[in-house]
Amino acid sequence: MNISLINGSYIIAGLLFILALAGLSKHETSRRGNILGSIGMGLALLFTILSVVLGRAANIGNGHYLPITEAVGGWALAVIIATMAVGAAFGVYRAIKVEMTEMPQLIALFHSFVGLAAVLVGWTAYLHAAASGHFDPLHSGELFVGVFIGAVTFTGSIIAFLKLSAKMKSAPLKLPAHNLLNLIAIIAFLVLTVVFVLRPEGAAGLLMLSAMTAIALLLGLHLVASIGGGDMPVVISMLNSYSGWAAAAAGFTLDNDLLIITGALVGSSGAYLSYIMCKAMNRSFISVIMGGFGSDGAVVGEQKDYGEHNEINAVDTAELLSRSRTVVITPGYGMAVAQAQSAVATLVDKLREKGLTVRFGIHPVAGRLPGHMNVLLAEAKVPYDIVLEMDEINDDFENTDVVLVIGANDTVNPAAAEDPHSPIAGMPVLEVWKAERVIVFKRSMATGYAGVQNPLFFKDNAAMLFGDAKQRVEDIVKAL
Amino acid sequence: MIVGIVRESSVGEKRVAGTPQSVAQLVKLGYEVLVEQGAGIAAAFPDADYAIAGARCVSQEEAWAADLVLKINPPIDSEIAALKEGATLIAMIAAPRSPELLEALAARKLTVLAMDSVPRISRAQSLDVISSMANIGGYRAVVEAAHEFGSFFTGQVTAAGKVPPAKVFVSGTGVAGLAAIGTAHSLGAIVRATDIRAETAEQVQSMGAQFVAVEAASQQSSDGYAKEASEDYAAAAARMYAEQAKDVDIIITTAQIPGRPAPRLLTEEMVASMKPGSVIVDMAAASGGNVAGSVPDQIVTTPNGVKIIGYTDLPGRLPTQASTLFSNNVLNLMKLITPDKDGLVKLDLEDVVQRGMLVTQAGEVTWPPPAVSVSAAPAAPAAPAAAATPGAADAAAKEKKPRDPRVNYVLLGLCAAVLLLLFFFSPSGLLGHFMVFMLSIVVGFYVIGNVSHSLHTPLMSVTNAISGIIVVGCLLGLTLLDQGTSLFAGANLPLLILSVIGILLASINIFGGFLVTQRMLKMFRRG
Repeated sequence: MNISLINGSYIIAGLLFILALAGLSKHETSRRGNILGSIGMGLALLFTILSVVLGRAANIGNGHYLPITEAVGGWALAVIIATMAVGAAFGVYRAIKVEMTEMPQLIALFHSFVGLAAVLVGWTAYLHAAASGHFDPLHSGELFVGVFIGAVTFTGSIIAFLKLSAKMKSAPLKLPAHNLLNLIAIIAFLVLTVVFVLRPEGAAGLLMLSAMTAIALLLGLHLVASIGGGDMPVVISMLNSYSGWAAAAAGFTLDNDLLIITGALVGSSGAYLSYIMCKAMNRSFISVIMGGFGSDGAVVGEQKDYGEHNEINAVDTAELLSRSRTVVITPGYGMAVAQAQSAVATLVDKLREKGLTVRFGIHPVAGRLPGHMNVLLAEAKVPYDIVLEMDEINDDFENTDVVLVIGANDTVNPAAAEDPHSPIAGMPVLEVWKAERVIVFKRSMATGYAGVQNPLFFKDNAAMLFGDAKQRVEDIVKAL
Repeated sequence: MIVGIVRESSVGEKRVAGTPQSVAQLVKLGYEVLVEQGAGIAAAFPDADYAIAGARCVSQEEAWAADLVLKINPPIDSEIAALKEGATLIAMIAAPRSPELLEALAARKLTVLAMDSVPRISRAQSLDVISSMANIGGYRAVVEAAHEFGSFFTGQVTAAGKVPPAKVFVSGTGVAGLAAIGTAHSLGAIVRATDIRAETAEQVQSMGAQFVAVEAASQQSSDGYAKEASEDYAAAAARMYAEQAKDVDIIITTAQIPGRPAPRLLTEEMVASMKPGSVIVDMAAASGGNVAGSVPDQIVTTPNGVKIIGYTDLPGRLPTQASTLFSNNVLNLMKLITPDKDGLVKLDLEDVVQRGMLVTQAGEVTWPPPAVSVSAAPAAPAAPAAAATPGAADAAAKEKKPRDPRVNYVLLGLCAAVLLLLFFFSPSGLLGHFMVFMLSIVVGFYVIGNVSHSLHTPLMSVTNAISGIIVVGCLLGLTLLDQGTSLFAGANLPLLILSVIGILLASINIFGGFLVTQRMLKMFRRG
């Protein structure tokens, strides 16, 4: 098969991938974007498989072709189709079965697959070079870097997956001198890279690649294990980014531009998301990576008398709502945990029928994944045009009658704006306390992820509605 | 308690201290509200609207006899007499300038809260009528200037010729100054501004104007208000003003110092040096004027054709807006002093805000209040931070100094040099790939920057799907197999196994990723 034809298909696929991401800029074009992306993928797959099966040749003019790889044969086609069918079946199964509340773990799992695949590509390239005895220093370096990033992504994502699916405690792991451990791992990687590029041959090369793979696997493990649950939006975006760089590195190893383009797109996408998330928490990327809140023994939330909190029950809340005109709901991770989104959607429908203006205010880091709350609300059939971002709604709280805080804590904490000593000082928050009344749905008076007490609960215009969020929302719907 | 909203007696005053909207809120706080007939007419709030909001429209005597009276301007003698003994009055008092008025109020055992004595701390901002009126005044100053000015503010290219934009210079960048800057900027003028407090430069720039600094040591504000300047500074400032006067078309001055005559910023020579047709708005005309030759409440035209506007009622010229904001400020105060929402006033004299506003109580003049020192801009360079509270020190430490732009250029240059050096030693094949890599990153950043926040989860899953393209790498792994020997012998077997596992994993991503994205995107719907 003509190699120019194959590369041509890669160019088109690359463009289609860019269009896929560009389509996501608006709801209206998002589905078309996704379809364009899958067409690009189909195209690239088709031509690659054909080129593997039929062999590749370069056009050298006058109708002559110079073979690059020979036809592998029909058995390869059978193996490829069988393998992909199994993978597709599993992927489709997961995609259909997954609950929207479980999206963070699914995404983390997918990241780990890309990471592992990148490791495998690197090792394949190494084994082939070792068998033929021909090493090229440039490619040695590239494959070494690719395996490293891939391995970090792989174990990091596995840990993120375990933490998000509650199969592992989400509290940060606190090893003594954990920053030093990370530093040692990175230095070891750099040293090994240099040595490997110079002398990749023989048993020593195999040993170095193995050692580096092991170090990278451990580094990924440790890196994510020492980050707490609430920082997950940043971690997931970061791993998203890594999975992209891993694919790009594999592209360099294989001299394949499509892999480089896609990897760079995904890598910059993840990096951009991490940046947005960090800004929304008023924390630097480095401080998130270095470990969760309080992990270096920083002072967390001084003990202070905040006064008494008020309580309210579901019936009174319903009464209050029916007397109001404007309502804003600010959901957080707690809504996902309680699976309360459909109940909330029912409540919203009820209130809108009664002629109330109901809107949602979403903090950028609400939930465990960028945009997580939006997906949950969309699933519950809440129209997206009443789901607003923090910046869009913050000025409107003053004219809001009632705010319902459902499972959010740090993202509505007035201490961030008012108390310069608070650990979360300076973090942009939803200024719910400016509304006439605030009802906080909460299971107990426990602190949020940052371990900071929330003065909101003790404000005069705030009242606590204790209990399971889903149950309480249903009670309110009943009382209405 | 009964709250009375009275009609303003001063000539030309169109504002009112309560709107139907604020009345409804007062009723919610538990008060019975009386509104003097016709109190809101001039501000476009008819009596009927007050009645709908839950107030009773009553005679002048009845409104003045309420337990708590809301008004805008300081009361005159006959009005003080109309008040019930021991009643509460909320109005602007101008306490520093009117000791006799304070005595008269105290003599009637009135409890008086002065809306113009709100301490300048962030918690009290929602009560601060000085700020809300200054905001309106700044806007109106530009509108008045535009009215008197004989040309466009914005530059235009028309068939009849090119029109240059007007140049507006704003002196004093408090609330009024910033409002004037914003208004002039949005009319299309070129705006410059100066202030004795150099720390306001950032705010000026954020409003779209250029900050003109005075080349001398500047001062720091410790109570949020400007103070009088040193002689050195004054000389440098005079030079700057003289320079600007020659160049600009419109000057708006807003410089006031509480309790003192306004500083003279523009001398007669400076005014004389301005172009004919230029307009000056002296917002400090009431307290002596910033401009030589300004007359309160009048427009003066100088011999060289410069108009000096000295209106002192600029906020009052937007009566509806001014009433709405004033009544909101009053309402916020009422919320503060009605903690139980039971229609009863409970003053808390431990609260610096309430203590600061209280000017007379139980026959005593309680003005001035004990000093509160809170800086509006504490996060400035080192020295004062050491003496200040730990909080201020932290804030100062956190504040990053903007980097010298030259440093950035040097760093960029260094990066470019390092990259060039690396490229010099790279094989040419790599550079082609590197070019693709770099361009894709740049494209990626721009494309992702446009992605709607609400679609970030689908974005991640679609990137999951497309990063499954690594399957290409695994597929190509199959072409590395040695065709000469058995597939399951020698190096072939591990290659085969690794490739097959890779294909498996990547295809999970491809199919799962695209499908779950589609599933999510389908759920988003418009209302």
